[in-house]
Amino acid sequence: MSDPLMTAPLVLCIALPLLGALLVTALPRWSVSLGIVSALATAGAAVALTAAVWQQGTLHLILGGWDATLAIALHADGLAAALILMVNLVGLGISVYATDYFHDRLRVGAFWPLWLLLWAALNGLFLAGDLFNLYVMLELLGIAAAALGALTGNRDAVAANLRYLLVGLLGSISYLLGVALLYTAHGTLDLGLVAQRIAAAPELFAVDAAAMTLMVAGLALKAALFPLHFWLPPAHANAPAPVSAALSALVVKAAFYLILRLWLDLFWPITGMAAAMLLASLGAVAIVWGSWRALRAERLKLLAAYSTVAQIGYLFLFLPLLTATPPGPARDDLLAALLLMALTHGFAKAGFFLAAGLVQTHAGHDRIDDLGGTAQRLPATTFAIAMAGSALIGLPPSGSFIGKWLLMQSAIATGQWWWVVVVTTGSLLASAYVFRVLSRAFGLEPTPVRFVTDARAEVPALTLALVSVAVLGLASGPLWRLLELGSAGGGA
Amino acid sequence: MSADPGAARRRDLSLLLAVLLALLGVALTIIYFMALQAGAAPRLADLAYARLPGTGVQNPVTAVLLNYRAYDTLMELAVLLAALLGIWSLGPAAPGFQRSGAVLAGMVSWIVPLLIVTGGYLLWVGGYAPGGAFQAGALLGAAGVIVRLAGDPRAGLPAEAAQRWLLVLGVLVFTLVGLGLMVFGAGFLTYPPKLAKWLILAIEMAATVAIAVALAAAYVGGRPPGPEARPTAADEDAEPQPPASSPRPPVPGR
Amino acid sequence: MLTAQFLYGGAGLALFVLGLWSFLVHEPLLRKIIALNITGAGVFHVLIAIAYRGDAAPPDPVPHALVLTGIVVAVSATALALMLGARLQDAEDEDRSR
Repeated sequence: MSDPLMTAPLVLCIALPLLGALLVTALPRWSVSLGIVSALATAGAAVALTAAVWQQGTLHLILGGWDATLAIALHADGLAAALILMVNLVGLGISVYATDYFHDRLRVGAFWPLWLLLWAALNGLFLAGDLFNLYVMLELLGIAAAALGALTGNRDAVAANLRYLLVGLLGSISYLLGVALLYTAHGTLDLGLVAQRIAAAPELFAVDAAAMTLMVAGLALKAALFPLHFWLPPAHANAPAPVSAALSALVVKAAFYLILRLWLDLFWPITGMAAAMLLASLGAVAIVWGSWRALRAERLKLLAAYSTVAQIGYLFLFLPLLTATPPGPARDDLLAALLLMALTHGFAKAGFFLAAGLVQTHAGHDRIDDLGGTAQRLPATTFAIAMAGSALIGLPPSGSFIGKWLLMQSAIATGQWWWVVVVTTGSLLASAYVFRVLSRAFGLEPTPVRFVTDARAEVPALTLALVSVAVLGLASGPLWRLLELGSAGGGA
Repeated sequence: MSADPGAARRRDLSLLLAVLLALLGVALTIIYFMALQAGAAPRLADLAYARLPGTGVQNPVTAVLLNYRAYDTLMELAVLLAALLGIWSLGPAAPGFQRSGAVLAGMVSWIVPLLIVTGGYLLWVGGYAPGGAFQAGALLGAAGVIVRLAGDPRAGLPAEAAQRWLLVLGVLVFTLVGLGLMVFGAGFLTYPPKLAKWLILAIEMAATVAIAVALAAAYVGGRPPGPEARPTAADEDAEPQPPASSPRPPVPGR
Repeated sequence: MLTAQFLYGGAGLALFVLGLWSFLVHEPLLRKIIALNITGAGVFHVLIAIAYRGDAAPPDPVPHALVLTGIVVAVSATALALMLGARLQDAEDEDRSR
């Protein structure tokens, strides 16, 4: 724990992308090469972090050498490490793709520093062990994300991302008020210590519940939980493709992670079935509504954005199941399934958006009805869309197949059978919207000459989609071990 | 009128919202009262004062900002940088205001140096009294705003290439000090008590510059105008307009 | 001591709710941005009220520092929102003149 070499990755995961952002800001002429070097270094730090958690369990570092109450802590358990690894691998894929996507010099110069700042905020958010520091990270994430989303500069993108920025600000202010209440009642900001004091003071239930409501509501706004999802589809559909991938696959996931973190680690003594049921019901509506709108979407990127609304819904279904399941192997399975769903969606949605971006650049549009012959022109890209799509549906052997399977198993075991209906409906709708795209893409045209037409742009999309299907599904065993090492089970 | 029922419904909705939010306000106030009475009273205050001698500064707020919770401040500087980069990504700045007349120009030449001196004072005094990098940076940024209002399209800032370095200076010095301490075995942003004062001063100076530049550049509102937009030295000399109306006494020998 | 603290923080909560109301009800962008700033200022007031420890003891510096950090964050976000709004206005003017 105190070995500085072992805790170094905690710091480097945040400091390296930050340094990279500074360098590309100061030297815009070399932004692509400096950006790629920073991306590689950051991903390397993330791999080192995961390896460190794998070897010795939860990492904890108090910055500044002060008492734990006074200073800010960085904290990585199995849950954080797995998500960090996903975020950084997807981030690397997006970075490689971006080298070939932006050509305008000014746009290249604007993309890289904001993207690396976003990356630093993501890593910082996953590793933060302090309630106020999380607020700062949320704001950095929100500002960088909105600025990146508006990068195309067209009217729809600016309008959508302005709304995203304002909604995000409202969410963070609500979160901050919750933090202020917790500091008033418990006198510290460290996540672990506040958790202990919440558990030790059941008479403050009302204060803690109010703080939880404010914080979770603010974060649900950022995680686009139905009916607070209204800002997401236009913002994600109008952003440049690499940015859409980052927003949909990573940024929304970060807000959900924080809800989960608060739910499991901070507020576990006071979370009840009623609150969990409320969130899960909203998640269920999100699944059906998001999938339905995805099916009706006319544009490929809008379809992907609505599909994100639905996929976030699945994650909320786990909350009542986690509440109803006593600690033990069943609960560990459930948590691993949740993580598997989140990771699979991260890889699959990033791959989907990157591929959709290629379709858009090549065809000049992304209207689904006019996609005929895409399979012949861009075989590798179409294959990536198909792979990512099968992961979104939850077909075997994708990671979400296992995730959904365990979810339904647990729903039946805890007597909450109605979630099975929701999951089945969602999966059917998902297969409808994925096959709608594929049936258009495979028009009746000659067989493709070459599988890969543009390696630098197509390989990242293809790799991410493949990871979501094959790697996470067939080799998900290590996740269980990683989770056992962490304290993700909360105070149980 | 077809708009009438719509307007009435909107009014009803906002009334309903007002009632609901008033209830929320009452509930929050009760909760806040309960939280105040929870008995957490000294909270972190006593500890923050007890550890003050080892922080390298005497002002407790500066100690929190740059020592106990320095990491927050580092990230907050990154937030400012992100906002400015976002503003720059939206396109070039508007051309700016026309050259100010003699009265404003004369006032500017008084007020800007005054702001710079006050900013420097606030930066230094932050070590033991209210003040510090943010207050100093805000004052210097205000000086930039005044210069822009008086007609300099770049708000007194250097060309874009140099501006970029000044902008990142705060986070750069902060991160490099943090990582340097880590390399020498102290841990990220863990200042040795003997060096703390000087490291904090270096970080604060860099942060002041970065904050001032970021605020002034944000006011300019876009990527900085190119070199041709900047008034040349000749313009500057010819500036105080017809000598007769100049508030400054004419300099002999010019 | 508790009364002063309660009144000051309560006023902050009133600002929070007022800002929230204005943000939800009013359409124009500028009013929304101002409303968000008032909402944020309300939370900052609550933090400042917590810092008060009576006239005899010096205030708790931690909430003060949090407010300072919060202000810089709020300024940054406001600046970006205003510029996005200006950019949107430009785009709409262009559309209209076409």
